[in-house]
Amino acid sequence: MTGISLLAGPDPLSGMEAATSHRTRLGALPVAGPRLIEALERSDLRGRGGAAFPVGRKWRAVAGRRGGAPVVLVNGAEGEPLSRKDRVLMEARPHLVLDGAALAAAAVGAGEVLLYVGSDHGAAAGALRRALADRPEAERRRTRVVAAPARYVAGEETAAVRFVNDGVALPTSAPPRPFERGVAGRPTLVQNVESLAHVAMIGRFGDGWFRDLGRGASSGTALLTLCGAVHRPGVHEVAQGTALGEAIDTAGGGLTDASSAVLLGGYFGSWVTAAEAWSLPLDAATLRDRGHTLGCGVVAVLPEHRCGVVETARILSYLADQSARQCGPCVFGLGAIAAAVGRIASGGAEAADLERIRRWSGELSGRGACHHPDGAAGMLLSALGAFPEEFRHHHELGRCSATALREAA
Amino acid sequence: MDGPTLHVDRILCDGHGLCAELLPELVRLDDWGYPIVLPGPVPAHLDGHARRAVAACPLLALRLRQGGR
Repeated sequence: MTGISLLAGPDPLSGMEAATSHRTRLGALPVAGPRLIEALERSDLRGRGGAAFPVGRKWRAVAGRRGGAPVVLVNGAEGEPLSRKDRVLMEARPHLVLDGAALAAAAVGAGEVLLYVGSDHGAAAGALRRALADRPEAERRRTRVVAAPARYVAGEETAAVRFVNDGVALPTSAPPRPFERGVAGRPTLVQNVESLAHVAMIGRFGDGWFRDLGRGASSGTALLTLCGAVHRPGVHEVAQGTALGEAIDTAGGGLTDASSAVLLGGYFGSWVTAAEAWSLPLDAATLRDRGHTLGCGVVAVLPEHRCGVVETARILSYLADQSARQCGPCVFGLGAIAAAVGRIASGGAEAADLERIRRWSGELSGRGACHHPDGAAGMLLSALGAFPEEFRHHHELGRCSATALREAA
Repeated sequence: MDGPTLHVDRILCDGHGLCAELLPELVRLDDWGYPIVLPGPVPAHLDGHARRAVAACPLLALRLRQGGR
């Protein structure tokens, strides 16, 4: 298939690719040096854990720090409930992830590599362990697997560092950020597994090759988790810059039902009306400029008979429950928002609820040690924009048109 | 050069609210008593008040930081 890089080769669903197949198909791993960081900067590769931070800039920051040999923390704790792409990648292409980690360690001068993998991602951890057994001894000796707690915030980078240091997977106040002072006080490069797999390809084939994979001004490919009203849900790789509607039609096999909206980027993402969503290019920078986010690559298609208000209430209730409960605005503000949206969704709203959730979610941004409250507030604000009539119906009449459709069906 | 900016360590902050009492020009409280800080550098004429608010925080959660974030 053209435009595919990480998932080319054997069927990703048939299990891990063996070391021999991996090497035969892609060739030996090149030597990393300062030129790799330059290539990453030119490639415009951005982090695929959700924040879309430029990878080359992050590596340069870590490589330029003093304070002991850096540590590479490979982030394979996929906490977003709708996302599967990191697990599929680790299970199917563990050598690509380890290649990226090896290049990172060489480029920033790290003496230690930690594979931080969700404790509920058993198959992924198993594939990485088996792949590691086939790697050179020097690489095996500096690498260990750390089981991350199965919580939403455990994948947040300061929480990952704190878990390795203290056994507590809770975010810490930043600064210092992990690249300044992370694992054992050392400069720490925390990088998502998909980002590292792309690095393994860029290291081999160059930044020009990577840029050419993208459509238009976009660069490279992205792993998406498609779910909801599509014929072929699951993890698909698409060229960045592809229109969302085209990705749903070609990779996702088209829609199973008429759709009213798409949740882009997962629980921390944004709701976009179907009318707007179809022509949106799948590209982190472009989406951000338009007020949306690709987050960790989740595209959840809401069928017309499901209610956006009810789904939003469910997600907020989950996010409030997953709060690390360290910061007041997250504990009380997010908790109150989730409760109010829950009342609106279930038809028991108080008169002030709709005004309150607007004000509260506007006040939440930037008021936590991590971005948990920001993500939840952004998702709610996007829902208020995408489902204005549904929210009004729920608030005033206690029900909405989607619920009526479902009951009729 | 811009003045320092106010930062709240959200993990330390317990919503005592002294900052909003001492510096209402820059800090107000949300419905649960936790501070909402006006973004941007502290204006020169509020510098003394900002320092007093920082010193008064019982949990040392309020800080003045030079040079943006």
